[in-house]
Amino acid sequence: MKNYDLVIVGGGPAGLAAAVSARDNGIESILIIERDKELGGILNQCIHNGFGLHTFKEELTGPEYAARFAAQVYERNIEYKLNTMVMDINDDKVVTAMNREDGMFQIQAKAVILAMGCRERSRGALNIPGYRPAGIYSAGTAQRLVNMEGFMPGKKCVILGSGDIGLIMARRMTLEGAKVEVVAELMPYSGGLKRNIVQCLDDFGIPLKLSHTVIDIEGKERVEAITIAEVGPDRKPIPGTEIRYECDTLLLSCGLLPENELSRSAGVNLSPITSGPVVNDSLETNIDGIFACGNVLHVHDLVDYVSQEATTAGKNAANYIKNGKNAEAKEVKIYPEGGVRYTVPATIRPSEMDDTLTVRFRVADVYKNHAICTYFDNELISKRKRPVMAPGEMEQVILTKAKLAEYPELDRITITLEEA
Amino acid sequence: MMYDVAIIGAGVIGSAIARELSKYDVKCCVIEREEDVCCGTSKANSAIIHAGFDAKPGTLKAKLNVRGNEMMDQLSKDLDIPFKRNGSLVVCTKNQDPAGLEELLEKAKANGVPRCRILDRDELIAMEPNLSDDVVAALHAPTGAIVCPFHMTMAFAENAFENGVEFFLNTNVEKIEKAECGYRIITNKETFETKVVVNAAGVYSDEFNNQVSDRKLQIIARKGEYMLLDKQAGCHVNQTIFQLPSKMGKGVLVSPTVHGNLLVGPTAADIENKEGTDTTQKYLDSLGPLSALSVKNVPLRQVITSFAGLRAHEVDGDFVIGEAEDAPGFFNAAGIESPGLSSAPAIGEYLGDMIAEKLALVKKENFKATRKGILNPEHLTMEERNALIKENPAYGNIICRCEMISEGEILDAIHRPLGARSLDGVKRRTRAGMGRCQAGFCSPRTMEILAREVPMEMNEITKNGGKSTYIVGTNKNI
Amino acid sequence: MEKRDLICIGCPLGCPLTVTIENGEVTEVKGNTCPKGDAYARKEVTNPTRIVTSTVVVEGGVAPMVSCKTAADIPKGKIFDVTDALKDVVAKAPVAIGDVLLADVAGTGVDIVATKNVEAI
Repeated sequence: MKNYDLVIVGGGPAGLAAAVSARDNGIESILIIERDKELGGILNQCIHNGFGLHTFKEELTGPEYAARFAAQVYERNIEYKLNTMVMDINDDKVVTAMNREDGMFQIQAKAVILAMGCRERSRGALNIPGYRPAGIYSAGTAQRLVNMEGFMPGKKCVILGSGDIGLIMARRMTLEGAKVEVVAELMPYSGGLKRNIVQCLDDFGIPLKLSHTVIDIEGKERVEAITIAEVGPDRKPIPGTEIRYECDTLLLSCGLLPENELSRSAGVNLSPITSGPVVNDSLETNIDGIFACGNVLHVHDLVDYVSQEATTAGKNAANYIKNGKNAEAKEVKIYPEGGVRYTVPATIRPSEMDDTLTVRFRVADVYKNHAICTYFDNELISKRKRPVMAPGEMEQVILTKAKLAEYPELDRITITLEEA
Repeated sequence: MMYDVAIIGAGVIGSAIARELSKYDVKCCVIEREEDVCCGTSKANSAIIHAGFDAKPGTLKAKLNVRGNEMMDQLSKDLDIPFKRNGSLVVCTKNQDPAGLEELLEKAKANGVPRCRILDRDELIAMEPNLSDDVVAALHAPTGAIVCPFHMTMAFAENAFENGVEFFLNTNVEKIEKAECGYRIITNKETFETKVVVNAAGVYSDEFNNQVSDRKLQIIARKGEYMLLDKQAGCHVNQTIFQLPSKMGKGVLVSPTVHGNLLVGPTAADIENKEGTDTTQKYLDSLGPLSALSVKNVPLRQVITSFAGLRAHEVDGDFVIGEAEDAPGFFNAAGIESPGLSSAPAIGEYLGDMIAEKLALVKKENFKATRKGILNPEHLTMEERNALIKENPAYGNIICRCEMISEGEILDAIHRPLGARSLDGVKRRTRAGMGRCQAGFCSPRTMEILAREVPMEMNEITKNGGKSTYIVGTNKNI
Repeated sequence: MEKRDLICIGCPLGCPLTVTIENGEVTEVKGNTCPKGDAYARKEVTNPTRIVTSTVVVEGGVAPMVSCKTAADIPKGKIFDVTDALKDVVAKAPVAIGDVLLADVAGTGVDIVATKNVEAI
């Protein structure tokens, strides 16, 4: 068995930033394990621009953003293995992995950072009725085919789901010569960023139909037609509102799911809301020395936030490797209430936390003129007005160590939405 | 082309018969309209080897089910078929008449099903804690089993192929007519002449029978819709849980699959369209409440796919197996609905014997009775696995991350007898693409491997043959 | 006087902007969080522009395609002229980020540059 201080599972934006941060915090023995043939993860297929405004103060494409982080990894001579699949992680932090050259091998790590990312919800998971022909792709699969391999998956498409990948692919397919008939969204609001609706749909005259879903897929061999219908408040199709589109392709952009099969095998507790690990202020899971960051922890809108989060995870893992864990530290739970669906982290140890801590969350619905309120026990600590909040856009609250120090007896923190 | 026997249909029945006949010195072929074996009813069913208590005593269904079940222990070893005797329960709820269980037990005895007994709630809950609170008793049949229907069909077909049976895929039978030699089979490709025809054409078996026989058959396509759940849900029940039939219908089953998923279904609806394998909102929605009658808290949120299969229901209710009275040399294996998969080995044996007698066939000496399936490295130790990867590095390269399927397994699927030529072909053989992401990640990579190995162009690669291509052109050129 | 509502595409915030136009001149921009929003709004109502991202074929590289973008924004009305011009462009590996793959695309005066490193085989 080989030994490393830190094993990072996944060489996408989260894994790379975590590795750089751990090295900069003094950890020499680091191994990044990446299943694909290059570092950068899904960013390599996100060839559109809009990345890096926070991190690099300029607008980059996905591959450019990935290349900058990869360069930092190369500069630091951080070890990585490509084309390597992690098969198992156990609660002793033994990582079992496999590739063509090394075969199956095991690594004893002192700490592990989970950075496996997420996957897309499939047609099967969406329970869309109809036939099962070729021509039904998750938007990400289509994106890989078009952007990495140069193959067009269809000529005429309907897109279900207005997540960002779906919007981006609507434009991408159009630019490569396909016709996008419509983007249908089950919810009464879009799951993607507003700018993407403008520059990916409006620019090309592609209609967005909110409160609509696919109710039938025709075609036994290849998709021949897709029927969508309006849905009521119960999200059930309303008879009589059907619209049928002749097309050869259905792209699905209906949400992302953190990919936590390995976390589960290690005994990591998962949140039923995020499907990601439940973590404390160090982004550490219930298993000592196993940390998580990026889309495996909770699905982000912006890669810049992934990088920030991963930098924190890398630093905390380094600290754990060097100093161990203070098992005595008092832990305070954060309660998400009143439209706040969850928080990351879920608990805070005031004695251990950094001077400031960003608590990220999503809201359950569209809220206009509401405020994000933070309570320490029953005392209102902060109230920040937000003109509009929507489930598609992540929100945050910043807590300071100084403020928490004023409440040594603190029992619970509540983050909630209130009318402004 | 002249054959002794031409079998129409490469489903589990046609393949089982082919394998049986391949024991003899005989020129035999299988004609299949799809691009692969196991593309019709055999690929979309409950994947159960029934114990045999359900069929009416004295029927072919009863006799062949029980015999088929008996044969599976040996067959699964000989042909390397994933098979598990997990046992089955037919549960009776508090609103049902428990006399129904007694009737089933009587039928079980009459059919010769071993070791069945009726269990009370306490015994049941000890076995299956997730049974519904309304369950009061159940019939327990320990010989009930689960199987991989794809592997079962492919095992028969590959073994038949290796023993000399020819397979004609993508070959659609258009007409069968009587000829001097016996029969002439006209297809979209070759024309076949044969002494004996075996009609194992599933939902189309009535049409072929009716072209040569005046004893008309009528096959109704009975659609069954299913949901398949993630492996996380696979342990929700250990045995196959059936429901005692009631006025409301036969109910649905909840069962683990032999690969560790959970299966819920089937619904039942007679349909006109024999190609109608589409799922419907109405019936998919019904699976939740129906399954809850016998099993509680089925985690339907973990559905990874749903599908529909068509059962070939003959209006008289029993299997129609044997030589048509007015068409000598024309053998039917028609109306093979449930328990068809369970009966398949026995149907092969039964029809094989009949045809051997008819043609006075002689067993050949060099029949190879065993077949090795695609190696599943999951069962290897780390040392064994490393030895394998050293010999063939493709086994170290994971392609399907949900099911952890390596390139080595996919190469085996492509290059073995009757190898895969489509993504579904790879999927049914290896499970690559059958997991929770439903091929989202691995399909482009599997396509690359198919393109390289077959070889074929990317735009020729299909999901399952015909016009089911994935790629319509290259960027800016469509 | 004309008022137009826009969504700023300058960054993921997506600020809702209101632009006031008098006699073809922008007199006021409201709703922006930063100067980018003001600039975007003025341009969007007079001469809208976009960055175009796409891919071109690579020869002799470890990947079959290389991603690329317009080095600066181009007039919105020329988006399809740009993609059409990329149809026959073939890059020779190795390609480095920033390499000009096509100069002065579609008469815009803007170059197409690579956004990914593709090593030669």
